[in-house]
Amino acid sequence: MSPRFEPITGRYLNMTLLDRPHRLYVEEAGRGIPLLCLHTAGSDGRQYRGLLNDRRVTDNYRVIVFDMPWHGKSSPPEGYQNEEYKLTSRDYVRMILEISAALELDKPVVMGCSIGGRIVLYLAHQHAKQFRAIIGLETAAHVAPYYDVNWLHRGDVHGGEVSAGVVSGLVAPTAPDNHRWETLWHYLQSGPGVFKGDLHFYKVDGDIRDKIDQIDGRTTPLYLLTGEYDYSCTSEGTLDVAKRTGAQATIMKGLGHFPMSEDPPKFIGYLLPMLEKIRNA
Amino acid sequence: MAGTSPAMTWVRTKAMIEHIPELVNSDENLVRRGRFLSTTFLMEIGDQGYLVKIIEGRIVSITPGPFVTPNYSFALRAPKDEWEMFWKKVPEPGHNDIFALFKRGKLVIEGDLHPFMANLLYIKDVLAAPRKEAKGERSDAVNGAKR
Repeated sequence: MSPRFEPITGRYLNMTLLDRPHRLYVEEAGRGIPLLCLHTAGSDGRQYRGLLNDRRVTDNYRVIVFDMPWHGKSSPPEGYQNEEYKLTSRDYVRMILEISAALELDKPVVMGCSIGGRIVLYLAHQHAKQFRAIIGLETAAHVAPYYDVNWLHRGDVHGGEVSAGVVSGLVAPTAPDNHRWETLWHYLQSGPGVFKGDLHFYKVDGDIRDKIDQIDGRTTPLYLLTGEYDYSCTSEGTLDVAKRTGAQATIMKGLGHFPMSEDPPKFIGYLLPMLEKIRNA
Repeated sequence: MAGTSPAMTWVRTKAMIEHIPELVNSDENLVRRGRFLSTTFLMEIGDQGYLVKIIEGRIVSITPGPFVTPNYSFALRAPKDEWEMFWKKVPEPGHNDIFALFKRGKLVIEGDLHPFMANLLYIKDVLAAPRKEAKGERSDAVNGAKR
């Protein structure tokens, strides 16, 4: 029997990112319109494994997923031991644009979840013309802190265990166990302080409430998909963004904060009609 | 809980709480996950307090109040109806996790949070243990529910 490889190619990309040399891990599958996917805080590109393996998506889209620096198989930059990782909206926007340019993508569709679902609002605000369409998963303009993030990075608490513990309830109770625990594994494996560093963007730096009304979700189509069980980016938060930008929003039943990872088939059922619309636009 | 008196629901809630030790202690994997935790915490369901004593991941007692000088590491306090919603077999959005309850301002946690945060996955499963025996699906049941 021949080896059962998935139709995904994983490679390391060497590039200058945010003015420093980086070695980034990038996976892709499919052909057609580039679909650049952004993972959640403290996780990595494995969250999109369902999409990368679904021919209904990859027949028409080239799905590309990179691990952000510090995440997954992408290393932190040289000298990381002497700095504290803190993601900012400025760096995150630059990262996406620089990676898209390094990959020579021509007007990709960008889709991000959670922090990725937030940063796509910045892209919609400042760089909409560079994208064919923008998809926000679990998007809200702002999320106020509701626990002390210092618990996520300290010597006397296991960072991976507490990170998984914090996010476990964001997975819908109806998610299949295999996908629930795969999703949590990515958090269990996360590097020390990385989830906390991402949350600096999510809860402090990345508050885009004052710019939402300046986004036109029709010129470059903006689609929003949010799981009903997400109490971090709530349905209300998403619907408010939709109302103010003209984006098309859908609240997904039986899904939480990690739709593409916690129940890929259910999520793809919601995504396909949007991909179809984008393709036919 | 249409057709059920408040007294009846209390009887049921108390029975669920009293059954937590058996549900936790019979779950080998859960006990293994909590094996480095020995502590006592206070769980308040409305005005009714319970001291939950854990030794090496096993629940050795759940003692109802009132208490004289109770001694515990951390306390979790929420109204009774919030706990009842939380303990549904398939809870509604907003009721499925204690962090969802925090965020909505319905659950207060205070005290020494170290044992709580350091054993968060374990504690969450201990608190959710009554769901294992709960009956009924969501009113707008989601297809494909599987736990």
